[in-house]
Amino acid sequence: MRKTWRARLMPALIGTTIAAGVTVAAGAEELRIGFVAPTTGIFAQVGKDMVDGFQLYLEQHGNKLGGMDVKFIVEDNQGKPDAAVTKAKKLILQDKVHMVVGGLLASTGYALAPVSSAEKTLYISSTASADDLTQRQLDKYPYFLRTSWTSSLPHHALGQWACDNGFKTVSVVAADYAFGYEVAGGFQKAFEDCGGKIIQKVWVPLNTKDFGPYIPAIKKSDAIFTVMVGPGALQFPKQLRGAGIKTPIVGSGVSYDEFVLPFMGDEVIGDISALHYSAAIDTPANQAFVKAYRAKFGKVPGYYSENNYSTALWIDEAIKKAGGKYPGPEEFIKIMQSIKVETPRGTVELDGMRNPVENVYIKKVEKKKMLGYDKDELWNTVIHTYPKVSQFWTYGKDKFLAQPLYSRDFPACKYCE
Amino acid sequence: MASQKLKILAVIVALLALLYIVPQSGSFVVLLATRAMAFAILAMSVDLLLGFTGLSSMGQAAYFGVGAYLTAVLATKLQFGLGWDFWIVVLLGILIGAALAALFGLFAIRATGVYFLMITLALGQCVWGLAYRWNSLTGGDNGINMTGRPNFGLDLSNDVTFFYLVFAFFSVSLFMLYVLVRSPFGRSLEGIRERELRMQILGYNTWLHKYIAFIIAGGFGGLAGVLWAHTNGHVSPETVVLTTSVDALLMVVLGGAGTLVGAILGAGIVFGLREYLSTLVPWWQYVLGGVYVLTILYLPMGLMGIPSLVRQRFKGRPKEAGANMATKELASKPS
Repeated sequence: MRKTWRARLMPALIGTTIAAGVTVAAGAEELRIGFVAPTTGIFAQVGKDMVDGFQLYLEQHGNKLGGMDVKFIVEDNQGKPDAAVTKAKKLILQDKVHMVVGGLLASTGYALAPVSSAEKTLYISSTASADDLTQRQLDKYPYFLRTSWTSSLPHHALGQWACDNGFKTVSVVAADYAFGYEVAGGFQKAFEDCGGKIIQKVWVPLNTKDFGPYIPAIKKSDAIFTVMVGPGALQFPKQLRGAGIKTPIVGSGVSYDEFVLPFMGDEVIGDISALHYSAAIDTPANQAFVKAYRAKFGKVPGYYSENNYSTALWIDEAIKKAGGKYPGPEEFIKIMQSIKVETPRGTVELDGMRNPVENVYIKKVEKKKMLGYDKDELWNTVIHTYPKVSQFWTYGKDKFLAQPLYSRDFPACKYCE
Repeated sequence: MASQKLKILAVIVALLALLYIVPQSGSFVVLLATRAMAFAILAMSVDLLLGFTGLSSMGQAAYFGVGAYLTAVLATKLQFGLGWDFWIVVLLGILIGAALAALFGLFAIRATGVYFLMITLALGQCVWGLAYRWNSLTGGDNGINMTGRPNFGLDLSNDVTFFYLVFAFFSVSLFMLYVLVRSPFGRSLEGIRERELRMQILGYNTWLHKYIAFIIAGGFGGLAGVLWAHTNGHVSPETVVLTTSVDALLMVVLGGAGTLVGAILGAGIVFGLREYLSTLVPWWQYVLGGVYVLTILYLPMGLMGIPSLVRQRFKGRPKEAGANMATKELASKPS
């Protein structure tokens, strides 16, 4: 209504009406963003990092995205999928948010996506990485898009890298749940398609704190591929090196994310991992982000923070392009798909299935001084960059989607004895 | 028994008030009330065991879980239970909960006290393990997403309509359990709670009585699970996890064991604090923790014990309520 009113007046009173129109758009319209993250429970720290990342961007931009004042409402889902559903509904029904952002665990992502369909409200997964949400199940979720990653995306690249760098045989030691299967599956697929051999897969229960029973079972190979989350990420390298095993580790990026890195000992120096972000990326954009984040929160940001920071940035650009107002979910998704944004982690854009195409960084843990900080610290220095990696790696969408979702049994372990 | 009639009247008035007030408040409140009532059915089933039979079960989430998973699997794999056949799913949910309880009861009922607690806990964890690892059926850690609620003339995808349905199930469950605990069978359960040996000497087959109570509780757990699955549209191992059982147990203790209404009150308070207060303040956990601690310290009979405490103070003469005995028994020795 307002638009037609403005359009009619425009020819008559050009100057004043434009000014009035702008004030109406900026003053009356606020962008309400609901953010779901676990701020209590065992994932509370990760949840806080997610919120901090998003909020840092808002603070740097005067609490405005694309010219709209932002009302940012954080809700705690305690790491539970059903609590996430309740909280998302609260955000949508009571707070009337324009979009729900966030979700950490894959299970939370799976639980929130149907809410977006049922309530016809946009859900942006800014962290949850479950592959199928933007692959075989995407059709069910027309109001869903992802600004983070799929679990297998960086690990396809790592499989290729390991193969290209002379590793012939690899043992997989991975956490026994969906995320572990997708990460290990991506690595195995690319590694074996290039000629490598996975000779063993050891599935370790989630939240294992003592790897004593599993370490002797690891066979001799050129490298060990690990997927560890939580306390396991700290404990596994310690126990492995303690047992005198010197086999190089090539691991999932989450096991070496900046979130856990400061708590690790020197035994992880030299370990290789891959992710779509490293705090040690040597670009001005990333350096500025790391410095601002560290100055405010006293720690180096990991991907949990960066992904949410760049989600805010992406929304900012999209709202700008929409002319300083929220255009409704369908239109907003179209705009998000049409723009490329420069984030601390590099240039990102959405593919046709609403998942980012982004750089993958092969990283090596090194102890050194970086970014002008005067202490020796552990950093994920980038040793190789795969630019513009898609969730389908080099297979192409149709061929990739024809295969089943990575699981405990897929890809089958052809070379296991 | 004028006071008994008064109590029933009070409960009916409270239920009617709930029926009137909730749909008029915000849609989030409707959602919360629906969740709390579905869970209250589970809490009442725990109360049947804990408050009336003296069995503290730590595995009630298992029956809840199978009910929920049954609903989700049928709906997503077979498209079953999304029309009028929803009622068949309700029936199946009750049956599968009862059947599982019948199986688990064979192992658990032989034990009492802490041993009963441990066995139910272990069996409950078995179901959790199954939900977590049987990927092809349960979707593992990611759980199962359901596409929508049933529609059989009544469109349950409307939150208010669904609220009325859950309210109906909830009220009927309360009524049935009330009749049950007032029946001679219910009295025999209380007898077992107070002194099992005496009941045996009187000629009761106490094992069978406990076994039947266990199965009935399982059935109500299954029913709660079916409703829960549709409340969220999502079922995951988180539904079956140990904390769900513990939550139900805590709700009963908070409200007052052996009262049924106490379980409902407990469910209402826990959901209110955990899911409503948490949207208002970040320190809601302290409030929830404080409520638990204060209840255990000063209200060993739970919130339902407050009237008798007040009466005691004014009359200066203790009156032992059912709740009182039940919780005292639990506190002293579980045998």
